[in-house]
Amino acid sequence: MPYTYNTPDDERSMLQSIGVDSVAELFQFVPEEFRLQRPLDIPSALGELELTQHLSALANRNASAQQKACFLGGGSYDHFVPAVVDALASRGEFYTSYTPYQPEVSQGNLQVMFEYQTLICQLTGMDVSNASLYDGGSAVAEAVLLAMSVTGRNRVVVPASMHPEYRQILETYFACLGAELVTVAAPSGSVSLADIAAAVNAETACVVVQHPNFFGCLEDVQGIAKIAHAAGALLIQSFDPLSLGLLKRPADMDADVAVAEGQCLGTPMLFGGPYLGIMACKEQFVRRMPGRIAGQTVDRRGRRCWVLTMQTREQHIRREKATSNICTNQGLFALRAAIYLSEMGPQGLREVADLCVRKTAYAKQQLTSQPRFVSAFDRPTFKEFVVRDTQGRVAEMLEQAADAGYLAGVPLARWYPEMADCFLVAVTEKRTRQEIDGLVSALSAASKSSAPRPHTSLAQAAWA
Amino acid sequence: MRNLKSTTLIFELSKKGRRGAHLPACDVGGPSAAELLPAEALAAEPPPLPEVAEPEVVRHFTNLSTLNMSVDTHFYPLGSCTMKYNSKRNERIAGLPGLADLHPYQPESTLQGILQLFHELQQYFGEISGLPAVSLQPAAGAHGELTALMVAAAHFRKLGQKRTKILAPDSAHGTNPASAKMAGFEFVTVKSLPTGNVDMDDLRSKLDDTVAVFMITNPNTLGMFDKTVGEIANLVHSFGGLIYLDGANMNAILGIARPGDFGADMMHYNPHKTFSGPHGGGGPGAGPICVTETLRPYLPCPVVEKTDGQYRLVYDKPDSIGRVRSFFGNVGVLIRAYCYIRTHGPDGLKRVSETAVLNANYLLSKVKHFLPVPQGARCMHEFVASGLTLKKSKGISAMDVAKRLLDYGFHAPTVYFPLTVPEAMMIEPTETESKETLDSFAEVLFRITEESGELLHEAPHTTPISRPDEVRAARQPVIKWTPAAT
Repeated sequence: MPYTYNTPDDERSMLQSIGVDSVAELFQFVPEEFRLQRPLDIPSALGELELTQHLSALANRNASAQQKACFLGGGSYDHFVPAVVDALASRGEFYTSYTPYQPEVSQGNLQVMFEYQTLICQLTGMDVSNASLYDGGSAVAEAVLLAMSVTGRNRVVVPASMHPEYRQILETYFACLGAELVTVAAPSGSVSLADIAAAVNAETACVVVQHPNFFGCLEDVQGIAKIAHAAGALLIQSFDPLSLGLLKRPADMDADVAVAEGQCLGTPMLFGGPYLGIMACKEQFVRRMPGRIAGQTVDRRGRRCWVLTMQTREQHIRREKATSNICTNQGLFALRAAIYLSEMGPQGLREVADLCVRKTAYAKQQLTSQPRFVSAFDRPTFKEFVVRDTQGRVAEMLEQAADAGYLAGVPLARWYPEMADCFLVAVTEKRTRQEIDGLVSALSAASKSSAPRPHTSLAQAAWA
Repeated sequence: MRNLKSTTLIFELSKKGRRGAHLPACDVGGPSAAELLPAEALAAEPPPLPEVAEPEVVRHFTNLSTLNMSVDTHFYPLGSCTMKYNSKRNERIAGLPGLADLHPYQPESTLQGILQLFHELQQYFGEISGLPAVSLQPAAGAHGELTALMVAAAHFRKLGQKRTKILAPDSAHGTNPASAKMAGFEFVTVKSLPTGNVDMDDLRSKLDDTVAVFMITNPNTLGMFDKTVGEIANLVHSFGGLIYLDGANMNAILGIARPGDFGADMMHYNPHKTFSGPHGGGGPGAGPICVTETLRPYLPCPVVEKTDGQYRLVYDKPDSIGRVRSFFGNVGVLIRAYCYIRTHGPDGLKRVSETAVLNANYLLSKVKHFLPVPQGARCMHEFVASGLTLKKSKGISAMDVAKRLLDYGFHAPTVYFPLTVPEAMMIEPTETESKETLDSFAEVLFRITEESGELLHEAPHTTPISRPDEVRAARQPVIKWTPAAT
């Protein structure tokens, strides 16, 4: 029996100590009518070798980013993870420990939380950070709940250029809360200030903006912040942590709450999770912030140390009046981000961002110099961009590119029916010139339609 | 051997001009990023992160790790949290490139292995719970609760019923009321009896046709199987309400009893408890939910379906509540759960629960002689001892005992939960501990009850720090490093 120690002799002696004749007797509280009278209908046990072979076979039925050059983005990216991140985060003392409820034997995790919070504040310029949330999408939802609680309002304005799945999460949360989600179209790839101004009113709790946005384009965050603040609403910015190697920080643009998907900070793509939800905010909202927070204090001998703090916001104390139901967070991935940011430092972060921007620009130029492809938006982009296939055969073309060795792009049809002829291409620091050139060839070579499908004019498309 | 300087902060190690990672030169030429992006968007400087060399990074975080207790290093009898051994094979498997280096938006044709794993895992979770419809999306147990309550809300909306209340016993985890509130419901507490069972009279008095869901943890937070659960389910169902089972304690009943068979309509698993995903110092977990066929249409999308031998992600479900998390959930945790289930098989999973319950009862049989266990001589996978007499006779609190255990190299049990037991110590050994470990833990616990109050009030004595000032941390919060604050 894997992972258990009891020998038949142990078991006999333990039963004797308890005062029963059999293990079955220990289940006396489970009424007979509720007992499962048959074995579970699941496959029989596998030893380590067989399990490894079985899972390796499953893994080999997938095509990984190590086999095919990955140009996929949209919230998950094939960034470089330095070896130190894996080596340190795979120490058992980190990954097999629990939430630090006993600070005396958890100073390692608590100090990491404190350092993570500080690193996130340094990264964003915000006053305070929590110790992580589930992922970038649920962090947006938690930020919006915070804004609704601060303002006592329940209208939320988001541009269509924010990640469609983040907007779907908001819709799901709002269905039960009687809150109103107002989506503002972004036909040029970014949202216009006039459209935001028209959507914001005295009922608006917050405006949420993603910058760089889902299409890779930059937004006028400062302009949007002014509009939101003039109406008494908060400005929530969803940011890309690596973009801050180059771009102004959320605090510099007057964001009240900054949230992010932290996967790019040292976490592999993992088919979408687990990831890292980042949240930082202005000091005045700290007691409304969800999630765990580590705080510095001293012990009984005056030694500097760390504990979980401000727990009166949390569900195990406050119950239905808590700021959130968050309990388990993403401690191990906050650790990975802390190691990553320490290893990169300011220069490393700037270099990653610089490589992303330049390689993306090169890829965009090379692709759109092909007669088949045009750039969907005339905007500066950070590490991804939208391409329109004038042949209108996106799905088929991307499948063929995958066969040729390229995970070439994310089709946008699922979320933006008007952009059925468009796909999103991401270029990280890992992609080489050779891979980019290969991508361009593979896409150009993909089968072409004899009768191009007409596409909707982007200027007329209503994406909301 | 512990490095005594290990608590220096990474920021205090920083020196201008030092660095860890070096990135390659740009191989595409062209203009610089500053020329490609508008000036008004650019920061003058990169963020003021610490500047440290790679060996310092390695030494710093390695030394920090040694300040933690963990399952790999210590016995961790933390009740309700189920800190069982985390299998190394699962870590290696979850890191296979064909699982770790997958992008969530790859073409389905390149994902048949992982989708097959999802599809099978959905079936295993459904079979083990007796609730066949499964969503793998929620990111943690509390997130699963919230998702399931949203499913219930969608169900009642579809029926045209206005149900506004969620009920749960006073012994429930704090996540239950918090999730109820986030799903837009009013929360009502139901009393529990000293046995930990639900007070049926109180439940009956609070039931009407505005109650959407009764949330119950079974086995409950006292480590007892609530025999009346069938009766409770019938009662709640007779008012048209649903039963939600908090699956935190599934470790006790794998292959023995299924929530779907004893009346639950919905439940979540904590795979990091029941199926041995590592806890990661506070996450990640996952919170997959299982529901009845009736509730299936409301589950979040996408779900994995198999048609014509191909696995597909299905998004088009008109009654679905939508999405509660980006992409597909905490896949890495789910892969480990899959490995755990396949490692044990049907007999092994049942054996897991039998061993967990045997170990807990064995420890109980030893502990009850010196620390009262108000709920009696038997338990499921965990039990709650009370330090009340110790407190009254010697002034020793449950916290004192917990802190002193750390000196002896054992993690503390969960203390002061459930709230219904005074000076509660909730002990859960799990199935992966030996008789010898349990014997020595019981012996140490007994020795502590014989020690002087003076010694215990100041415990622990051997840990890197002792009894931090939590009041100061909360009243004068220092939650980030600044040069002035240190």
